Amino acid sequence: LKSTRSTAAGAVTMEKITDYKDASTYNNFYEFGTDKSDPAKNAHTLKTTPWTVEVDGMVKKPGKYGIEDLLKLSAQEERIYRLRCVEGWSMVVPWVGYPVSKLVEKVEPLGSAKYVEFITQADPKTMPYVGSRVLDWPYVEALRLDEAMHPLALLTFGMYGEVLPNQNGAPVRLVVPWKYGFKSGKSIVRIRFTDKEPKTAWNKAAANEYGFYSNVNPEVDHPRWSQATERRIGEDGLFAKKRKTLMFNGYEAQVGQLYAGMDLKKNY
Amino acid sequence: MSFARALLHPAAKPVLFVLCLLPFAWLFYGALANQLGANPAEYLIRSTGDWTLRFLCITLAVTPLRVMAGLPPLARFRRMLGLFVYFYVVLHLLSYSWFDMGFDVADIAKDIAKRPFILVGFAGFVLLTPLAATSFNRAVKAMGAKRWQALHKLVYVIAGLGILHFFWMRSGKNDFAEVAIYAVILAVLLGWRLQQFLRKRKGAQGSSFSLRS
Repeated sequence: LKSTRSTAAGAVTMEKITDYKDASTYNNFYEFGTDKSDPAKNAHTLKTTPWTVEVDGMVKKPGKYGIEDLLKLSAQEERIYRLRCVEGWSMVVPWVGYPVSKLVEKVEPLGSAKYVEFITQADPKTMPYVGSRVLDWPYVEALRLDEAMHPLALLTFGMYGEVLPNQNGAPVRLVVPWKYGFKSGKSIVRIRFTDKEPKTAWNKAAANEYGFYSNVNPEVDHPRWSQATERRIGEDGLFAKKRKTLMFNGYEAQVGQLYAGMDLKKNY
Repeated sequence: MSFARALLHPAAKPVLFVLCLLPFAWLFYGALANQLGANPAEYLIRSTGDWTLRFLCITLAVTPLRVMAGLPPLARFRRMLGLFVYFYVVLHLLSYSWFDMGFDVADIAKDIAKRPFILVGFAGFVLLTPLAATSFNRAVKAMGAKRWQALHKLVYVIAGLGILHFFWMRSGKNDFAEVAIYAVILAVLLGWRLQQFLRKRKGAQGSSFSLRS
């Protein structure tokens, strides 16, 4: 997947990139099983062509986009982001995609639209664990419209210079580097604009543990574990002390103003 | 040679000892050879926990198997299996303290207080400690069989704590399939004991009226 390196502020970290093998075999994608090694084993059944993404809700130009058209909608950029999982581990991944804002501008949201909902594929025929009671299917994630418009919010089609492996959310996923990984929905089939805060998958499953915002925040612990530190996969050895987690996953300079005046302890 | 005879063979205990060490050997080798996947710390913490539960089930299965299958020699292996439960729980606690908490005692203390599932797991370890410490013959003699047995009934509480610890840990993913398997196994093993206990009590009451005594 061809791309040019992004010049957006914060878009390319100089940290050591996680091995492709780790990034493509240590995944959370519950449609294919809850164990981290399950998606890599099971996701080969996912059919990514043909694929359409429906854009609807409060927009002037709703429509259906074939994946071929979506790929060409804007120039593909390479972005090297930190990825911080809510479980306390992190990676550094070179993604390929373009800002979500490019698509949003194209479909012209109405003035009343406040949120963007990302609805992902839930096909029990190709996704063996859809129907398990772990989560409500389909897996739904959402952003405030201004978050979705932020230049770092990436509509992602590839990683490590290649198209996304199925287990990483092929053919199109979201990557929001300042939020916990689960906010970045995989295998998106519908993008809906709305004026009400959407009910998101993990928030529905455990509202006291997973808020709507779920920004990376070392000062707000998960009720069952600390978020102050993290383990960088493949890098921090078994005996290394875990590294400190940064506010907004280190993207505070870029995204901090989105949350000015908000109580982040309440809006976790 | 019959199975019961094989159990009495002098090599039986050493063979079992080596078998019980195999999971540890694999984890040790895997950690050195980097064979434990993308997150070896997590793998070690979880595997040692799994093996603790497995050895707990195996240990608690000894007596029911001995009685039901009529294999008295099985009793020879119970102590060693029980000590392996302790061996793996120590590894579990060590892995957590080391790989997750960097041996920071203050952090560990905070974590135990903060997270109920850690507290429950830790309580299980604490309760298991006197059982391991009194597993040698002299301790049994010194305590007297009755008191020793009463102390070792704690294992039922420990089994409950272990399964609660695992349940709580998995509740984050609403994923209880594996927890259910262990819970059923432990419920069957403890249920069998309850049934034996009730039958014995009934038998004791009944016997006062019987002519046989």
